Amino acid sequence: MRIVVPMKSVPDLVEEIEFTADGTGIEREQLKFVLNEWDAQALEEALLLRDSGGVEVVAVGCAVDPEIDQILYTALAKGADAAVRLADARAGSSSGPAGIPVAARAALLAAYLEDQPADLVISGVQAPDDPDGQLPPTLAALLGLPHVSVAVGVEADGDGVTVRQEFAGGLSHELWVGLPAVIGVQSARQAPRYAPISRIRQTMSAGGLGELAVTPREPQGGPVPRRMLQPATTGHAEMLTGSPGDVADQIVELLRSRGLVKGE
Amino acid sequence: MVLAEHTAGQVSEGTHELIGKAAELAAVLGGATEVALLGPRALADQLGDADVVVCVEHPALAEYLPEAYEEALLEVLAQRSPRLLLMSNATVGLDLGSALSVRWEAPLAAYVAALGFDDGALVATSKILGGKVLAEVELPGERAIATVLGGAFSAGAGEGGGGAEILGVAPPAALDALRMSLRRVVEPDAGDVDIAAADMLVSVGRGIETQDNLEIMAELADALGVPLSASRPVVDAGWLPKTRQVGQSGLKVKPRAYLAFGISGAPEHLEGMRGAELIVACNTDPGAPIFGIAHYGTTVDLFDLVPELVDRVHN
Ligand SMILES: Cc1cc2nc3c(=O)[nH]c(=O)nc-3n(C[C@H](O)[C@H](O)[C@H](O)COP(=O)(O)OP(=O)(O)OC[C@H]3O[C@@H](n4cnc5c(N)ncnc54)[C@H](O)[C@@H]3O)c2cc1C
Ligand SMILES: Nc1ncnc2c1ncn2[C@@H]1O[C@H](COP(=O)(O)O)[C@@H](O)[C@H]1O
Repeated sequence: MRIVVPMKSVPDLVEEIEFTADGTGIEREQLKFVLNEWDAQALEEALLLRDSGGVEVVAVGCAVDPEIDQILYTALAKGADAAVRLADARAGSSSGPAGIPVAARAALLAAYLEDQPADLVISGVQAPDDPDGQLPPTLAALLGLPHVSVAVGVEADGDGVTVRQEFAGGLSHELWVGLPAVIGVQSARQAPRYAPISRIRQTMSAGGLGELAVTPREPQGGPVPRRMLQPATTGHAEMLTGSPGDVADQIVELLRSRGLVKGE
Repeated sequence: MVLAEHTAGQVSEGTHELIGKAAELAAVLGGATEVALLGPRALADQLGDADVVVCVEHPALAEYLPEAYEEALLEVLAQRSPRLLLMSNATVGLDLGSALSVRWEAPLAAYVAALGFDDGALVATSKILGGKVLAEVELPGERAIATVLGGAFSAGAGEGGGGAEILGVAPPAALDALRMSLRRVVEPDAGDVDIAAADMLVSVGRGIETQDNLEIMAELADALGVPLSASRPVVDAGWLPKTRQVGQSGLKVKPRAYLAFGISGAPEHLEGMRGAELIVACNTDPGAPIFGIAHYGTTVDLFDLVPELVDRVHN
């Protein structure tokens, strides 16, 4: 079974986020980019399937994504069998610093997968930086494949897979899905494995990251950004200040005045 | 048009939130509020706040099944041509939103917290980057899809009733050639404690960093005599059982006090605790979205604050 895991980088939320001069986008130049956490879960689920035998895992990223080489080398270090960086073969198609929207990303991946089909595509359930960043169903619709998102476990089962799909309150459905199929992962069956830096360095010096130019079809138009806003996080909460001891006093007093902590 | 979500014969509260919003937008456009009901027609009784309920019945639609829902909904969309399709930004919307966006050729806005018409243009506000940024986007064209965050709109707009006109739509042939099936419904585990019943919760997020560090949070919870709850990543890491998870895919809680430590306040988390009477948040990032909902907040490091709290509660 050949499993393809599309991966993308997203801004690290630890960083301060600033907007572009025209206010319609995020200033990406100064940001640090990290692997989308749901793609990390998807890779883990794919590697768990691989550990059960007879499976090849290929990690795939888009060449225009910041830090994508680092992400793909890390995937190799964790045990992926191959990693591919996809470039758009059309002339002058560089997407620039704004990144590429989900429709363009899905079109690139669809072109790749039409050429080199997968039995299973497993990707993160969502990308938090895109207002419509739900890659797995987009890709499935382009390829005409069945798909399941919000998966919390995928296991080989005959000529298909058993997928655990999660709902509110911890309720879940166990589905059987025939292959080929596309799965959007919420959480892997276990926490993503760790690749030591030395191992990542090793895979980097060994090379082994392929670049492939593909010709995507024209992507569908999506939502058009008007402006970006910082949510009002100030003004609502009354901020408690002072030393940790002072703040603790104030919190305990808040609880005491409501009868939630005993004492004077 | 709203896609009704239901489990075990019960239409979700979120469905009513969406119908209320759809009715408001329909009034602006001078149109009707329609609900797509995939599955048992009897559930139309719970959708009395809609003008029209469009029902597709088929054995594959008894419970939610992604492919069956997608094919049936596509058929409904083709026949009814709504201006806008609203779904939850939870499992069903995450499954169907972008697939229908491709197949019905309509732009999608996800993580939607606000929605309206501005000078004829449909404008959505999406909470991106875990709620750290609001992206205002226009959905161009004659039709659009929005997946809406739970709690974004009020469910008050008339639950129940039963006055809607019911239209049947024949199930498309694709429902008899599905490539997936529902094997079984897995009920959630019963927990050792019911966090939804607690008066107060000490809740911990990824800011705790390691499983060992969880010890100080357990100490605080013990000192206060309340359960320890958590955000999803803490549960996914296997540090606390699923029954302690607060949020969209965990439990909804409404304690008298909710103390959040190292939780950013992603929309999926807020959905589970926004109803708490008193929310106190500790987060070193002053821009953390949790401060947009908390009543009191502090940017003191949790590792400095929690021992002080334990100390004061003990004395
Ligand atoms: C379909 C779906 C369903 C989901 N359901 C849920 C759900 O039910 N519940 C849920 O919680 N999430 C859910 N999520 C995940 C959600 O999107 C977020 O990823 C999650 O809530 C983030 O958890 P967090 O706040 O603990 O972690 P983070 O977002 O990583 O936040 C950690 C915070 O800790 C702060 N911090 C770090 N160090 C310290 C310190 N020393 N002192 C104080 N603060 C510190 C940081 O500033 C940061 O804000 C769901 C996602 C999806 C896609
Ligand atoms: N179309 C299908 N729908 C549901 N389950 C199926 C389907 N096809 C095969 N299965 C299940 O997949 C498992 C292995 O199938 P097979 O290898 O085809 O015999 C068995 O448990 C079958 O019940």
